Amino acid sequence: MKRVGVVALNTFREAVRDRVLYNLVFFALLMMIAAIAVGQISIGIEQTVIVSLGLSAISVIGLLIAVFIGVALVSKEMDKRTLYALLAKPVRRWEFLLGKFAGLVLTLAVNTAAMALGLLLAMIYVKHALVRSDMVVLVAVYFILLKLALVVALALMFSCFTTPMLAILFTVGLYIVGLYVQELRNLPVNVMRPAMAAFTKGLSYLLPNFENFNVMAMAAHGRAVPGAFILQNTLYTVVYCTIVLTAAAAVFSRRNLK
Amino acid sequence: MPNAAIEIENLTKEYPFGFLNLKKRTSLDGLNMQVQTGEVFGFIGPNGAGKSTAIKLLMRLIFPTAGSARILGKPISDVEMHRDIGYLPEQPYFYDYLTAAEVLDYFARFHNPTATDRKERVERMLKKVGLETARKIQLRKYSKGMLQRVGLAQAILHDPKLVILDEPMSGLDPVGRREVRDIILELKRDGKTVMFSTHILGDAEMLCDRVGVIVGGKLRGVGAPDTLVDMKTQGMEIFFELKGTSNSPLVSKATRTGEYYRLQVAEEELYPAIEQLRGAGARILSVSQVKATLEEFFMNLVEADRAQGAAVEVSGQ
Repeated sequence: MKRVGVVALNTFREAVRDRVLYNLVFFALLMMIAAIAVGQISIGIEQTVIVSLGLSAISVIGLLIAVFIGVALVSKEMDKRTLYALLAKPVRRWEFLLGKFAGLVLTLAVNTAAMALGLLLAMIYVKHALVRSDMVVLVAVYFILLKLALVVALALMFSCFTTPMLAILFTVGLYIVGLYVQELRNLPVNVMRPAMAAFTKGLSYLLPNFENFNVMAMAAHGRAVPGAFILQNTLYTVVYCTIVLTAAAAVFSRRNLK
Repeated sequence: MPNAAIEIENLTKEYPFGFLNLKKRTSLDGLNMQVQTGEVFGFIGPNGAGKSTAIKLLMRLIFPTAGSARILGKPISDVEMHRDIGYLPEQPYFYDYLTAAEVLDYFARFHNPTATDRKERVERMLKKVGLETARKIQLRKYSKGMLQRVGLAQAILHDPKLVILDEPMSGLDPVGRREVRDIILELKRDGKTVMFSTHILGDAEMLCDRVGVIVGGKLRGVGAPDTLVDMKTQGMEIFFELKGTSNSPLVSKATRTGEYYRLQVAEEELYPAIEQLRGAGARILSVSQVKATLEEFFMNLVEADRAQGAAVEVSGQ
């Protein structure tokens, strides 16, 4: 696991030196403008507006990083052939892959944590104080991070067997489909043919369920998220990421480099 | 340590191409070869001959269609074997956001040395490849030759038993090439096995105990450079001086530089030719044996391959 850590830390260093964290400046500006504007134009719904806006921004910025950098994690190394010298060291391909994944998740964690801090500061500016129920925002941020980890795993897997452009399309496509998994489960299966009903049900469990990670409305209104739900989402992410990364490693371990 | 550092058996690589990948292009065709422990082995061939393919197969960057290979007695699928191998890829490229010292430190970490040992090794390598003064510059600002030096440093950083270098002289100026040659000779003195690919035949002749000539994906000859070259017909060169002109047919065949001439004849024609030249008023200055160069041997193979695909099959030690 030490080798995974070495790759992960280098991936984090790469993100920092490639100025990925500069998005925080944009987020900070957005929060400052939003906090000032909200204070002047909304009455009584300041928290709802600022939390919704902040969480949406954290999610969108995180998704952009997860998809675009996630896809580039392996493809860039193959294109630039930086991978050649590395794989000549005593490093297994799956260790490299896991290290790249861990490195980007670490980057996203640092990025998301910094943005969460910005959001809390904006909330303090708007409300002049934070109460215990406001901490649900942190749960929402944690769920965003789980979602981003899953997106990174998918992007990494697709980039192991297809071109970067297609990998981006597949990842974004699967993310959008994953937002509507619950609708798929709620389809009236009793009016379908049994085979179709089984297929629909199977597909709904096979696809990543991104809807589960959305607790923005609860956070905006200060409603608590049950502990069991937090545990469920955590386990779901760990299991799903493990499956996706195992598939990615299986493909990548047999791939001929250029 | 086994006698053969590298054992290659029937290693073949085919690449699919065309519509639906139905056609196949053979990049390496049944390579059988051994590199002995402690020797410097040159893998020579024109561009696209299959040198890099063979090396990439050994490093498991690509996978063979058929055949197998063992390095230091272990199958190439054994990742731990890489502890004892150093590899310089062709036209190496490293993380350009890192400095030379950082990239070497990064690679060193995979070999588990202590922090002090790692630092000491990195410093020693930077000095060895002449990059001490550029150690804190990001690699994105490095020239091709400087990157080649970083590549060489990372290949020998962990004191490997076997060093595989893919076109190590590529992109280097004469000074850089000389330094790489010195490093290869130093590795040999330290008892390391070195295998390197090149299309610069002079380097191979100068450095290698043995060379393998690969053309069109097939190994066409393996042996000491002298052994391979001796297979060619030898001749004699007469160097003579002639003032004025002469109607001798031998003089008209000679290459003239002012009053000096060079004439190449078959060994059995040497003495009659000398007599004839003397008769024409020439002063013989020297007679030397003409040895075919590795380049001629190589070019003959390349031309034969171009002419008929595959013809000459030369083997031997």
